[in-house]
Amino acid sequence: MSTSDLKPSADAGPPPSGTTDAEPKESATRPAHLLKRVWAQGQGKVGIVLTVFIVALALAGPLLAPVLTGYSPTEFAGRPFQPEGIFGTDNLGRSVASRFLAGGLLLLLYSVLATVLGLVVGCVVGMIAGYAGGKTDSVLMRLNDIVLAFPQLVLALLAIVVLGPEGWVLVTVIGLTHAPRIARVARAATLGVVNEDYVRAAQMYAVPRSRILAREIFPNITGPLSVEAGLRLTYSIGAIASLSFLGLGMQPPTADWGLMINENRIALSIQPWGVLLPVIAIAVLTVGTNLLADAIARATASTTVESS
Amino acid sequence: MIAKLILKRLLVSVFILLAVSVVVFAATLLLPGDPARAILGQQATEERIAALQAELNLDRSPVERYFLWLGGLFVGNFGTSSATGGPVTDLLGERITASLVLMLCAALIAVPVGLAIGIFSALHRGKRADQAVTWGTLTLAALPEFVIGIALVTLFATSVFRILPAVTMSPPGQQVWEIPTQLILPTLTLALVVIPYIIRMMRATMAEVMDSGFVEMARLKGVPERRVILRHAVPHAIGPVAQVVAIQLAWLAGGVVVVEYLFRYPGIGQALIDAVTYRDVQVVQAISIIIAAVYVVVNLLADIVGILANPKLRSAS
Repeated sequence: MSTSDLKPSADAGPPPSGTTDAEPKESATRPAHLLKRVWAQGQGKVGIVLTVFIVALALAGPLLAPVLTGYSPTEFAGRPFQPEGIFGTDNLGRSVASRFLAGGLLLLLYSVLATVLGLVVGCVVGMIAGYAGGKTDSVLMRLNDIVLAFPQLVLALLAIVVLGPEGWVLVTVIGLTHAPRIARVARAATLGVVNEDYVRAAQMYAVPRSRILAREIFPNITGPLSVEAGLRLTYSIGAIASLSFLGLGMQPPTADWGLMINENRIALSIQPWGVLLPVIAIAVLTVGTNLLADAIARATASTTVESS
Repeated sequence: MIAKLILKRLLVSVFILLAVSVVVFAATLLLPGDPARAILGQQATEERIAALQAELNLDRSPVERYFLWLGGLFVGNFGTSSATGGPVTDLLGERITASLVLMLCAALIAVPVGLAIGIFSALHRGKRADQAVTWGTLTLAALPEFVIGIALVTLFATSVFRILPAVTMSPPGQQVWEIPTQLILPTLTLALVVIPYIIRMMRATMAEVMDSGFVEMARLKGVPERRVILRHAVPHAIGPVAQVVAIQLAWLAGGVVVVEYLFRYPGIGQALIDAVTYRDVQVVQAISIIIAAVYVVVNLLADIVGILANPKLRSAS
């Protein structure tokens, strides 16, 4: 177990803020904290700024909406599609600004939950397949291939037609469709470390399998998994927003960015804000998380080179 | 050896398709309520419901129904739509062609442009143009398809320029491609969604190939750079890239759903959304299995291209 101390671990080290004083940038024994290495890249910086901006907006928005605009997200502010107020009114005459501020929280929450679910399931399946090998491996990977034969959105639609557009259905189906993709990455990463000496040593001491997976293997595959987390978060946001845009995700009268686009797009030419604000927010958020994922990929790739 | 590999891959695909059909069929079993009652509505008499149940084989066991349904698929019988009361095939016939036209147009633009930009980027590695391409692909790859579509509509149809139609008109009896301008925006949206992946893969593979020994050898022999790239480097990069291209083309089968809905394009994607909205399960099943089949077949073709393009396997046989 002491070997895991030599490897960079995601939760070790100080938080990035307040550590701006002179520190050695990178040393051979202990690479800089992951966040710092991400921040050191152009992509990472832009990605963090964009993501933090939209996340802050989505978190604070529901509280600020009635204060800043004078209307709650479901309250009628005037006639439909009028340019009154800051950004006008929507298809039913509600305040676009208020609905925009309140519309990011659920999307963000569902996306994060779906990503976490996908990561947990994918990681467990992938690690077991990679570690056990043989028959277990082929059975799990064939099951993977079956889920992978459906485009993600089609499987989601199939689930929604059977179970209805409930929140838990969205989270579960998006999470479970991520799982096989994450499992492939986790399996490949597991195969990369499964023959290391510290795993062999643990096997020799008859450490239980679950413990080997959790304490020896998992800490050493967090690099590729954190890249997957960023990537899958981007796709979760896209998938859940797409379903809401299709009218099959969040249901009225919820204030939600995807749903707002669906509600207001018939008036795109006369009252564009009801569509453009949520489109821009979703675009900035997904671009931010994707840049972040790319920066994490570069950052983790560079340490594996240095520490090996 | 090659034939054996291809045969093995073929069997895997058949197995996956069968498993997919089980998953899709299981969806009906989970569905609460009675399809016969849904088709006939509230005022149906018990005798009519019983008659329709017998006609739809609802009185048999699930296993029997699965095989009847599966057998039906092979002879083009996709079941009965509960929304129209007619066969699903009538609903889908023309829409499948319309969707295939859209996918084909998108592929014809995305593949050559993606490969060209990828090669260009690899040859200018580290320079400003290459960095611009990297940022561009990262941004485009992140955006959901409806965001790209709405951006294009705002730019070219409603707000900035008003030169292209924002929605598809399809008067009865007229095919969508008889008014070609309305294909431009949906095609462009789909192409922009798949292009970044093609560019990135082409760039990475090409960069690797350009660093390899045989390219250096060709250069040292004094082969002109143009010929080095076109004759020595590109053919070696195509194999791995073909797989990514194929995965992206397979993705189009699912990607058309959102894009067709956005542009009101009369293809299977829009039919799928309508069917989900009305909970028309047989139509959803039919379209899911069609899309999954396209997906599996295109992936199979990709792997076969990969096997055939692999010089190690070729020389072994």
